[in-house]
Amino acid sequence: MKFVDEYRDPAAARVAVRRITELADGGRGGVPYAFMEICGGHTHTIYRHGIEQLLPETVELVHGPGCPVCVIPMGRVDDAIALAEQPGVVFTSFGDMMRVPGSRSSLLEAKARGADVRMVYSPLDALKIAQANPDKRVVFFAVGFETTAPSTAVTLLRAREAGVTNFSVFSNHVTIVPPLTAILDSPDLRLDGFLGPGHVSTVIGNRPYQFVPQRYGKPLVTTGFEPLDVLQAVVMLLQQFADGRCEVENQYNRVVADEGNPIALRILEQVFTVRPHFEWRGLGTLARSALALRGEFAAWDAERLFDLPGVRVADPKACQCGEVLKGALKPWECKVFGTACTPETPIGTCMVSSEGACAAYYTFGRLHRTAPTLAAASS
Amino acid sequence: MTTVDPRPPAPDGRQELVLDRVEAFRRRRPRLTDEVVTLAHGAGGKASAALVDAVFLEAFRNNALEPLGDGAVLSLPSGERLAFSTDSYVVKPRRFPGGSIGSLAVHGTVNDLAVSGARPCWLSAAFVVEEGLPVAELSALVADMAEAAAHAGVAIVTGDTKVVDKGAADGVYITTAGVGIVPAGRRLGPELVRPGDAVLVSGTMGDHGVAVMLARGDLDLEADVESDTAPLGELVEVLLAAAPGTRWLRDPTRGGVGTVCNELAADAGCAVVLQEAAVPVRRAVGGACDLLGIDPLYVANEGKLVAVVPAEEACAALAALRGHPLGADAAAIGRIAAEPERIVLLETSFGGTRIVDMLVGDPLPRIC
Repeated sequence: MKFVDEYRDPAAARVAVRRITELADGGRGGVPYAFMEICGGHTHTIYRHGIEQLLPETVELVHGPGCPVCVIPMGRVDDAIALAEQPGVVFTSFGDMMRVPGSRSSLLEAKARGADVRMVYSPLDALKIAQANPDKRVVFFAVGFETTAPSTAVTLLRAREAGVTNFSVFSNHVTIVPPLTAILDSPDLRLDGFLGPGHVSTVIGNRPYQFVPQRYGKPLVTTGFEPLDVLQAVVMLLQQFADGRCEVENQYNRVVADEGNPIALRILEQVFTVRPHFEWRGLGTLARSALALRGEFAAWDAERLFDLPGVRVADPKACQCGEVLKGALKPWECKVFGTACTPETPIGTCMVSSEGACAAYYTFGRLHRTAPTLAAASS
Repeated sequence: MTTVDPRPPAPDGRQELVLDRVEAFRRRRPRLTDEVVTLAHGAGGKASAALVDAVFLEAFRNNALEPLGDGAVLSLPSGERLAFSTDSYVVKPRRFPGGSIGSLAVHGTVNDLAVSGARPCWLSAAFVVEEGLPVAELSALVADMAEAAAHAGVAIVTGDTKVVDKGAADGVYITTAGVGIVPAGRRLGPELVRPGDAVLVSGTMGDHGVAVMLARGDLDLEADVESDTAPLGELVEVLLAAAPGTRWLRDPTRGGVGTVCNELAADAGCAVVLQEAAVPVRRAVGGACDLLGIDPLYVANEGKLVAVVPAEEACAALAALRGHPLGADAAAIGRIAAEPERIVLLETSFGGTRIVDMLVGDPLPRIC
């Protein structure tokens, strides 16, 4: 594929890995450098291309909280299912959300029990369904960081413009800075730097991350989603240590502008307001970490239109996702890992999506230790 | 390079214990915990396997069924062997670039017989029709079946028709069953697979799944992708003539080559090591999969086979496949290894390695 193959070139990868090996030599005071990729998209790239097996043991990647599917708490999934089960409702959702377990079941199971749950690829498709079915009330399950929030906002603006009254949005949009702060505030934090989320940054830009080096003394490199992007970002982080620098850098400058996307930011402002607090799976309640619809969009706000259970379901006590997300615990150190919590019956956020740290370790754990022989065999 | 202590090992070797436990758990067939059937149970991954094990195998258990192959191989008192297979077709839309539910209903069952090592001979066809289906459309689909059957050299010799209320089915569902004759002396099976064997595919992966997904029209994506639906009987004969030592054959339909390789690794108790760069994928299919966040390894094919052949027959097998119009893009995509047992590994084009696991559910697109 033009403009994609270039970022997947194995020869360039070998050069980058060599550079990483040189720069990371000796680790950081004898222990490996630990860098967190915040975004689930990066985690996916890392697994999809087998990047962890390419890295020297002096560099360790810690999988962060940026998988929008994983961070939705069970109570909100229960609310979504309650919405889907209301008579006359067509409940629309991105495919990834359909399998995420609530306290009793998932949307996929609700669909099997008779709820009209439909998978859409864009909120605009949900709006189309509403326009085509005027006798139904169509609800869109809006999830995601600042990456997907603008498309929800555009859809709401269109709904208002076209006077579509049978369409509403159940907003679960979240913002990236609060969980990042929560992780940085953790007393048992053991991270040396961050790979910044590329897609979120196309919207919000790089400025919101300045506090990471300034207040917490950790470098952050915003990066893209091709495997070479990730390797180059690791090089850039290590280079900062080599140079004695600590700053926000932009590896993804072919897409991300420092000031973000002003148009997207404007429509976000127009449609959404920041919630005082929001619950995150694994991270607890974080202040000002999520987006609700503004009062002027009340007529399209599912939270106002429908009576929702709104019951907070506590994360299972034994689940230690929070610690895993912060890099304080390894997945296998969690009490329920691999027993009560497996990819088929996930308890915590890290096991829910295949991109979660625990799901990945569950699948790849053994491979990590066989990797050296494999690498030797294939080189 | 100065060595670095990895994170201090657990004093009691707990990581090892946890990994052992996970491994033991992974080796178990998936367990059915769901209370209702969901679409994931039909996707060909772990959920399908759990349903088949817990509900069907449990009730029907017998020696012919137990291997859970594409078809059962049955011995007649005369010593001759038959392969017997059945499949239902519910594809939506009913017509897509490259085929229709009619041609698919013939090819799918013919191919299940062919990869069981049989020469397909006879099919049955049963129709569940929703009231309101235009007769002209039904006739056209049946004409597709007749043409596909003639092309595949099989006769449709018995059938059934049921009509259900509007809304009780989606247009028409077709079930075909097929019988084929297994030539004397022919043996295929996972127990014959040995470390060092080569893994071949007969062409590009994912064409059918992507063609149908795009034909559904809800993606606003356009690409020139046709379903590969085709009968594999001839190709199998060509392959077996050139590589008589062929160990194992499957057609990677639902769940794609990733799923059949997992079944192979589990049934043969070996590792399947694939090279990503060697897996043939059309550009348009690869592009659509990239956009949708789907791995072409898990996307369905309807006119392709996966073969395990002894390493020394791999060249002859590949040449034979490539000499047939249905195998022009055939490729050697990997090898069988002794370890890690029951695992499918992929050496990525980028130079890394990853595990190709069984899918937990449908390959639903990612949102970010």
